[in-house]
Amino acid sequence: MPDFLFEIGLEEVPARMIAAAEAELLRRTLALFERERLLASPAEARSYSTPRRLAVLVPGVLAQQEDISEDLLGPATKIAYKDGVPGPAAIAFAKKAGVDVGQLRIVTNPKGEYCAATSVKAGRSAAEVIAEELPKEIAAIYWAKNMYWRACRPERFVRPLRWLLALLGDHVVPVSFGGYDAGRITYGHRVLYREAPIEVTPRSYVASLTNASVMADVEGRRRTIRKSLDKVCRTAAGTRWREDHALVDKMTHMTEWPSVILGGFDPEYLSLPEEVLVTVMRDHQNYFAVEDTSGKLAPHFLAVLNTAADTAGEAIIRHGNERVLRARFNDARFFWEFDQRVSLADRVALLASVTFQKDLGSYAAKSERVRELSAKLGFQQKKSQVAVDLNALDQAALLAKTDLTTDLVKEFTELQGVVGGLYARQQGYSEAVVAAIYDQYKPVSMEDGVPRTVEGALLAIADKADTIAGLFGLGLEPTGSKDPFALRRAANGIVKILAETPVELGLGEIARAAAGDDESLVRKLEVFLAERLEFYLREVKGQAYDVVKAVLAVRTNLVRDAVARAEAVTAVRDSEDFAAVSAAFKRMKNILAQAEEKGLTSRNELDVALLKDGAELELASKAADVKPEVVKLRAGTEYRRALELIATLRPQVDAFFEAVMVMDPDAAIRDNRLALLSKVLGDFGGIADFSEIVVAG
Amino acid sequence: MQTLSGKKALTFQELLFTLQRFWAERGCVLQQPYDLEVGAGTMSPDTFLRVLGPKPVRIAYAQPSRRPADGRYGENPNRLFRHTQLQVILKPPPINVQELYLESLGAIGIDLREHDLKFEEDNWEWPVGGAWGVGWQVMLDGLEITQFTYFQQCGGMDLDPICGEITYGLERIAGFLQDVDSIYDIVWAIEPDTGRKVTYGEMRLPEEEQFSSYGFDYADVPSLWKHLELYESECLGLLERARGLEKMQPQELKRFPVLGAYELALKCSQLFNLLDARGAISVTERVGVMARIRTLVIGVAKTYAAQGEALSALQLKGAA
Repeated sequence: MPDFLFEIGLEEVPARMIAAAEAELLRRTLALFERERLLASPAEARSYSTPRRLAVLVPGVLAQQEDISEDLLGPATKIAYKDGVPGPAAIAFAKKAGVDVGQLRIVTNPKGEYCAATSVKAGRSAAEVIAEELPKEIAAIYWAKNMYWRACRPERFVRPLRWLLALLGDHVVPVSFGGYDAGRITYGHRVLYREAPIEVTPRSYVASLTNASVMADVEGRRRTIRKSLDKVCRTAAGTRWREDHALVDKMTHMTEWPSVILGGFDPEYLSLPEEVLVTVMRDHQNYFAVEDTSGKLAPHFLAVLNTAADTAGEAIIRHGNERVLRARFNDARFFWEFDQRVSLADRVALLASVTFQKDLGSYAAKSERVRELSAKLGFQQKKSQVAVDLNALDQAALLAKTDLTTDLVKEFTELQGVVGGLYARQQGYSEAVVAAIYDQYKPVSMEDGVPRTVEGALLAIADKADTIAGLFGLGLEPTGSKDPFALRRAANGIVKILAETPVELGLGEIARAAAGDDESLVRKLEVFLAERLEFYLREVKGQAYDVVKAVLAVRTNLVRDAVARAEAVTAVRDSEDFAAVSAAFKRMKNILAQAEEKGLTSRNELDVALLKDGAELELASKAADVKPEVVKLRAGTEYRRALELIATLRPQVDAFFEAVMVMDPDAAIRDNRLALLSKVLGDFGGIADFSEIVVAG
Repeated sequence: MQTLSGKKALTFQELLFTLQRFWAERGCVLQQPYDLEVGAGTMSPDTFLRVLGPKPVRIAYAQPSRRPADGRYGENPNRLFRHTQLQVILKPPPINVQELYLESLGAIGIDLREHDLKFEEDNWEWPVGGAWGVGWQVMLDGLEITQFTYFQQCGGMDLDPICGEITYGLERIAGFLQDVDSIYDIVWAIEPDTGRKVTYGEMRLPEEEQFSSYGFDYADVPSLWKHLELYESECLGLLERARGLEKMQPQELKRFPVLGAYELALKCSQLFNLLDARGAISVTERVGVMARIRTLVIGVAKTYAAQGEALSALQLKGAA
């Protein structure tokens, strides 16, 4: 069976889009082959990509689809035939089935005699199917941003195509897309191999490209880059490069033939803040920062090249990169010094001319709101015995946005907050103020850390909550996949801060503090924040769907508490006793729900005197025994031990359902039993609604 | 003048000659810089208006580009109030446009085998002009030397055919070729008789010093506003009269000054930049003023396209 190789040659594809497109091309190709019955067995397909190509290799493809035969039932014979002669109905049926009228059979079924035919759909050649279907799959690949390039705009793609290659074994498959007919030719590295065409076969593809200075395998390239970084870094004694997975990934997708050089810069630049130096290197130049063994920045950098230069070439390239970095550092130093001519305190007034959002006014107005909100939240901390420096918080809130007026932030927008913190330190503010300003945008993602101090956490919460409340108030809340103001990310940040810092605040309190008297806005914010808590438990904490549902079914305000309860439920859910108890709780809930539908009450006080069956007495007494300890454990947030204790009810619960019929004919006994179930659920359901837990088997 | 690779580096003016000759030999008509102040080569009508409509265009020109907010009084070695772009417009772009571009680097003495070249995603956008495209910044040994764009929309209208736009940053490239750390040290020309080097600083430093202080300190804000209003109202007046375009007689249609309206709009755009650098535009005003200029620029683009269509319809009728 032949192997199938397909390659799309492109002008340089943006690095951020390549991995997903490569995976999608593979997925679509395999789905197509499966759908079209072109695979003999599950295929060990491979995919490849570089900035200039996407490729798939599917081994063992059937050259021809198998024929499909299908039995069709036609019209009744008494309609189809007149005196044994086929009439119009018979002829039409034969035509539809693709057979001669003479080939029609007669079958008898309970309804009578009917015409029948076996229709055979001839398999088509793989080449024909692929040529027809693959272009549709290519056209459907998702690109975050795509373009037209041909006259009359026949198709959109990420960048213009430059060639197509499609081979089934040794034969070209006539796939056409983007103005190209596929051939057997690919191209090597732009500079190292120039424009010479390379003829390949599916088997020789990877080796031929390697020979043309292209590593088609992404993981191979990633390993090469990592190894080269290690090796080249060793040439500067006592140093190591700073791990940066995102940058390794980017450079993997920006190179076809990677190599690494070590460059240096004048140590005098080390007097600039490390944050600034690293941002310049990483975000603006794609360089890896290098540090000494104590973790301090060293005056070196590593650059990943898309070429293999000789020693002379390397010297030229190193010199060029060092020159650019020097200019960048000079710029940064110029801004750093220039900005400090105006203090942060004097910059507060300048915020009046920086727009936050057109209907929400300037950053001066936002700063005032955040100041007020953070003071409110800070005061609540004091009440909850959480140590907080209210003066530092107020000062930080006042100065937080002033760095938006600095040239350094205008140049390096990703350093907003950080720069403010650094300038605040230079200008003699306390470390509490510095840290709060510095951390105000944290966490920028779910992988990012939270603010280091309570003041920072409160400022970050107030800033985010103000943004969310403001935009919700304008009706600009996120809808579906559209979230242009990144409000979900802001709310996720609030949840993460509440989960991972000592701050004691409920989601409801934040909603109320931020939305003021607007009750409907408060409600909307509560719902929005609760959704983000659910997201946090599931996506960040990895809690199962049912556990999250069970935990959130219990009224939840404090994030840390919800996390602790979810973790406890997850820890015990697989124990047999707990599973049995949750199943029993579900049953109790159902019984109570049914009783309610019938208008029966379960709200009576439990009357121990009415308990007559041994099993129900045992359950009531065991529940009464366990309850005080469970309450104590729950109050001490020792949820896991509380749940383990609840699980010890299993024998009594099992025996109860074994022996006791809740719906007793005697109404008093029945209502008392309902009251017992209601009490058990009420006493032990405060950690999670166990009835939501899905029990295996 | 020698570089690390031992080659003789081009002077600033030789760099310009060489690139212009390179593109002229590949079919580009060389145009002179547009004689009005603009923020980028794209804003010259040779790009902004010629990309519209179906007519193929190949044109190249050096465009001095003014950005008042980037002025640094001549004190920063890497920033300029006014820099020079070499703009190459190829509509439709030839299939091998990237290779042509790489060849042009060879022509100015860059041997790619001893350099590291990357095309890094960089999409261009000018919201005020309703214009955007996708493309790359071309990185050579870590330095951005060119912006390469496939123009997709202009004046809010889809382009068909699209247009390839190559923008060389001449100061950057000259600094790279000559291996100098300050733009002001770039050798602009060498006097043939004496061998004396004429530097970029000698040619342009006073301009940087004075226009920085004009933009940041001296420009008279009330006058700037007044100029803006005058240019705006005249431009709007022309756009208003263009509403009757389709009813115009052939000669009136042909002579209708859309290009004049565009100059008025460009004046407004530049005045906005000056006011902005001067710190004279408040929050409440900013969005509004940008919207006003957008109205002018997009209005001109639409009128230009309509005039072009009406004229070619007339020609068709004349030929029939």
